[in-house]
Amino acid sequence: MCLAIPGKLVEITAQLDDTFRTGKVSFSGIYKQVNLCMVPEAQVGDYVLVHVGVAISKVDEEEAKKVFSYLKDMGEVEELEPNL
Amino acid sequence: MKFLSEYRDPELVDAFLKEIHRITTKPWTLMEICGGQTHSLVKNGILEMLPANITMVHGPGCPVCVTSVSVIDEAIFLAEQPNVILCSFGDMLRVPGSRKSLLEAKAAGADIRILYSPLEAVQLAKQNPDKQVVFFAVGFETTAPANALSVVQASLMQLDNYSILASHVLVPPAMEAILSDKENKIDAFLAAGHVCTIMGIDEYYPVAEKYHCPIVVTGFEPVDLLQGILMAVHQLENGECKVENQYARTVQREGNLLAQKTIKDVFTVSDRIWRGLGNIPQSGYEVNEQYKNFNARLKFNIDIPIAQENKECISGDIMKGLKKPKQCPNFGTKCKPEHPLGAPMVSSEGACAAYYHYSNTDSVLV
Repeated sequence: MCLAIPGKLVEITAQLDDTFRTGKVSFSGIYKQVNLCMVPEAQVGDYVLVHVGVAISKVDEEEAKKVFSYLKDMGEVEELEPNL
Repeated sequence: MKFLSEYRDPELVDAFLKEIHRITTKPWTLMEICGGQTHSLVKNGILEMLPANITMVHGPGCPVCVTSVSVIDEAIFLAEQPNVILCSFGDMLRVPGSRKSLLEAKAAGADIRILYSPLEAVQLAKQNPDKQVVFFAVGFETTAPANALSVVQASLMQLDNYSILASHVLVPPAMEAILSDKENKIDAFLAAGHVCTIMGIDEYYPVAEKYHCPIVVTGFEPVDLLQGILMAVHQLENGECKVENQYARTVQREGNLLAQKTIKDVFTVSDRIWRGLGNIPQSGYEVNEQYKNFNARLKFNIDIPIAQENKECISGDIMKGLKKPKQCPNFGTKCKPEHPLGAPMVSSEGACAAYYHYSNTDSVLV
């Protein structure tokens, strides 16, 4: 649970207020609502590192894909599955 | 042991390994902090490929492993209060408390929900105004911003039925506690990449200087770990004690300032009891005065006596790097992932569980 997982920001879903700025992030096809208040620079199409529902930094696409596939091999992305 | 061709970057793995073997002339003990790093080192067979002179020991960087028995008891107390929904990351449910685990409390009827994010707990509180929703906020610096943000959101939403049981732990004070132990064997640290994504690396400079201990901020993939080990050994062989950043593609020196601000807005630094390591001054976060209405300890007047840890579990010696999991007489016999005596056997990031599942190594401390 302590690793951050990279995913692609595909849609901004709420931005009424900085604290609640939220986006839909795709983790290789698994979608999660992710808070974006700590990465105000992140735009649709960017890759972000997400930890327990909050994006903590931007990351470049190549790095994101490499890290995601590694984490998947390690069984570290299971927390994204619903109803664990 | 893995074949080199199974790695994503076999040439790089091979090059780093050769260089580590070439430059190592003396015995060195390195500790990786993060449980994700431990998992990777063991599962990928890296320990067996290092020179015999290099001993890797596995530090206290797994929140599941270091959360004290007393805090588990507090969470169970809360879960058993009428009208309370206790929310937690899934990994925490099997950690033994002094009488039972959260999983056993759930089986006995307590309303315990496994959530992916503390922000989901805030939504749950909004949807259940007649219930008290408590989030069991464990974790290192990586997780603190999300847990703090849940409090900020609940406050802005004027939810008076949301609170958190904060059991946050901090990496640098734990490193200092380990380095100042009179039996300390650690020559260098691999610091945890994602912790530094939040906090930056400045707080490690005084630690490296005071204890003459190289600290290399490192990622968690095999090539990252091997490069981090190479950088640390290179410093040791040259008599240096610098802070270096192997994981610069993700870690900026200053960290994420907005995340740090969220932490500072909600939390205050406090003493914390670590499972296996005991009380470490100023090594945790507690909810601050401004947000005290969101502190479950105050809201529910928790007053639970400090529980003793299971004496059959040697997790303290393991997390200080004094012993390896297989040196524990109960390893794999009385203590297994299905029936853990102590927390390092619970999660895959715990050193004992990692050895149990993946390791064929019988290496012991030299």
